[in-house]
Amino acid sequence: MKIPPKKGLISFVADVILWNISGGIRYQLYLCILVAFMLTGVYAYSVQFNLGLSATGMNNIVSWGLYISNFTFLVGVAAAAVMLILPAYISKDKDFYKVVIIGELVAVGALVMCLTFILVDLGGPLRVWHMMPVVGLFNWPSSILAWDVIVLNGYLALNTLVPFYILYCHYNYKPANEKRYRPFVILSIFWAFAIHLVTAFLYQGLPARPFWNNPLMGPRFLASAFAAGPALIIMILVIINAKTTFKIEKQTFNKLRLIIVISSIINLIMLFSEVFKEFYFPTHHSLPAIYLFFGLEGHNSLVPWIWSAISMNVLGTLILAFNPGKNNPKVLFPASILLFMGIWIEKGMGLIVPGLIPSPMGEIVDYSPTWVEIWVTLGILSLGIFVVTVLIRPALIIEERYSTGK
Amino acid sequence: MDSRENKKDLIQKRNTHQDEKLCGRREFLKGAVKAAALGGSMMMTGCGTSLTGSKEEFVLEWKEYFKGNYRLMTQEERDETVRRMERLAKLKMGADVKISSRGPRKQVLYGYAFNISRCKGYMDCVAACVKENNLDRKSKTQYIRIFEKEHGNMNVTSGNGKYFHEVPAENHFYMGVQCFHCENAPCIKACPIKATWREPDGIVVVDYNWCIGCRYCMAACPYWGRRFNWNKPEVPLKDLTRKQHYLGNRMRTKGVMEKCTFCVQRTREGKMPACAEACPTGSRVFGNLLDPKSEIRYVLKNKKVFRMKEDLGTDPKYWYFMD
Repeated sequence: MKIPPKKGLISFVADVILWNISGGIRYQLYLCILVAFMLTGVYAYSVQFNLGLSATGMNNIVSWGLYISNFTFLVGVAAAAVMLILPAYISKDKDFYKVVIIGELVAVGALVMCLTFILVDLGGPLRVWHMMPVVGLFNWPSSILAWDVIVLNGYLALNTLVPFYILYCHYNYKPANEKRYRPFVILSIFWAFAIHLVTAFLYQGLPARPFWNNPLMGPRFLASAFAAGPALIIMILVIINAKTTFKIEKQTFNKLRLIIVISSIINLIMLFSEVFKEFYFPTHHSLPAIYLFFGLEGHNSLVPWIWSAISMNVLGTLILAFNPGKNNPKVLFPASILLFMGIWIEKGMGLIVPGLIPSPMGEIVDYSPTWVEIWVTLGILSLGIFVVTVLIRPALIIEERYSTGK
Repeated sequence: MDSRENKKDLIQKRNTHQDEKLCGRREFLKGAVKAAALGGSMMMTGCGTSLTGSKEEFVLEWKEYFKGNYRLMTQEERDETVRRMERLAKLKMGADVKISSRGPRKQVLYGYAFNISRCKGYMDCVAACVKENNLDRKSKTQYIRIFEKEHGNMNVTSGNGKYFHEVPAENHFYMGVQCFHCENAPCIKACPIKATWREPDGIVVVDYNWCIGCRYCMAACPYWGRRFNWNKPEVPLKDLTRKQHYLGNRMRTKGVMEKCTFCVQRTREGKMPACAEACPTGSRVFGNLLDPKSEIRYVLKNKKVFRMKEDLGTDPKYWYFMD
C-alpha cells in the first residue's frame, strides 16, 4: 500500500463537493427534489416575513405551533447520537464504531433543522444579534431559553468538530489520534443529555402551564429520544445498506433494535404514569390532557392524531421487541418508521399545542397550521435531509477508501 | 418653526457629541452599518421600507437597528433614540408624536385594585385602553379582558370573555383581567435577552426594539397578560394618541411582544391610567402603594381582597375586592 502525499483542507472540501455532484442520475434527482422543496420553503418564508407571523395558524392563545413542535422533537433526534457514541468510543464496540460517524452526522442535520425552526419562529429574525455574545445581552442563567441557545450551538460545534477531525485524518489515510478527540467525545456525551434536559426544562419550568409543569418531562424526553433517534438511524442504515457498497452487519441492527426497545418501553411506562395521573382523579390541571385525548367543548383537532400516535408507538415497539423478521431490514424499516412517526406526533404537536390549551383564562381554541407554515416546515425538513445526505455520502467514501487503502 | 430650529440644533449637538467619542460601541456599530450596507438594502425592502424612501429615513432606520437595550442606555442615548423615533414617525406616517423617556418617580410603587361587585361589564375601560395605548385595530388587540361569570363560581377560568349582549346580565358579575405587574414575574425570568423587566416603580415593561419575538414570556405568563404583534399594527392617523412613552404606547412593529404598562406615559406624569379614568362605575382603583394615604392602601386595609392564582407565588400588584 503506497501512502499518497498529504492533501490539504482545500482539496478535502473540493473532493467532498465533487463526490456529491458525481453520483448517479437518481441521486442527483433526489438532491434536486430536496432543493426544490427547500426553495418552496424559502418562498413560503418570504411570505411569512412580509406578513408577519399572522401568516401562520398561531394566535395569542396558541402562541407556539408546528415550528416549535418540530424543534422539540428534533432536539431528541440530535441527542440520540449519544446512543452510538457511548458504545463506540467508550466501550469500543466494533459494530457501533463503524457506524458512529453516521449517528454524529445525523445529529448535525437535526441540529441544523432545530436552529432553523427557532429562527423561522421568531417575530424579529433580523434582531437575533441581540442574542450574540458581546454585542447582545443574555439573560443567563435565569432564562432556560438562553441556556438552550448555548447548549444547542455547543452541541452542533462538538458534533461537527469530532467527525470532521476523524474524516480529515482518514482522508489522508492516517489513523485519527484518539487522544486528541477523546476529550471532546466525552464532553459531547454529557452535552447530549444536557441539550435534551434543557429543552425539557424549557417547558417543565413553567408553572403557568400545568400540562408541561411535570417532573417527568425531562426523563421522558430522554427516553423518547433514545427510541426515536436510533429508529431514524436504523432507517438510514437500511437505506445505506441497500443503495451503497457500504455494508452494515446484522449485529449492528440487532444492537440498535435492543436500544430502541428498551427506551421505548421506558417511554411507554412513563406515558402510562402521566395518563394515570391526569385521568384517575382529573383536576382543573388535567384539562389540557382531556383536550388532547378526548377534546373539550367540541374542540378536538388533536384527538385523532394522539390516538394514532400512541397506536403507532405501541405497534412499532411490539414489532421491534418480538422481532419477527430476525433483524431483516424489510421488517425493521417499517417498524422503525411507525415508532419514529408515533413519537414525532406525540412529542411534537401532541406536547406543545395542548400545553397552551385551554389558555390561562380558560379559553379554548383549535390550532391548525396554515399552508405557509406547512411549506416552511417541509422546506426545513428537506434542508435537514439534504445536509445529512451530503455529509454522509463523502463520509462513507472516505471511510471505505481508508479501510481498503485505495 | 421654532421647534424645527430646535431640532436642527439638537441634531448638530448630537453629531459633535459623537465625533468626540473615540472608538465606542457606537463607532464600532457604525462600521458594521457600512459593511452591511449592501445586504442591508435587501433587508430594508424586506422590512417594508421602500428603497425610494429618503436617505434620511434610511440613516435613521439603520441607527435604530443597531441601538442597544433601553435599560443599558444613558439618558443621552435615550434622548437620541427618542428624537430619531419622533422624526421617523413624521417621515413615515406624517404624525407629530411626542415620545417621552421619563424615568420612574421616587418613592412610588404602583398598585391596582378591581372591585368585582361594582363592575357592570360596560367595557369603557377596554375602549379607553385601546385608544390611549394605540393598540392594533386590525387584529383588535386589547390589553384588558372583562370576563362575565355566573354568581356562585369564583373559578378564574370559568368566565366568558366574549359576551355580546346588554350588561349587566342578570345573575352575573364581571372580572377585569390585564397584566398584573407581578413582583416575581415569570415572564421576566423567561426572556432570553432581558427585553422585559420590572421598573423601580413596579411597572413590568418591554423594550419593543430589543424583543426578538420568541414568545417564551407569553408561554410563561399564568394570567395571559401579554400580547404579540402577529401583523403590523395599524392605527388610523386621526385616532393616534400622540403623547407617547418609549416603554409605553409608542407604535410597535410586527413581531414584538407588548402588554399593559399601567399607562406609563400617563402615570409617570401623575395621571391615572386610561382604564381607571374611564371606568363609569368606579370599580378601578389605582395608586401608590408606598403612600399610606392613597386610595389603594385604603382598599387593601379595609376591604377583603384576594389575588388571582396566589398559589403560584408571582406576587401580583393587582388585587380584587368586593363591597
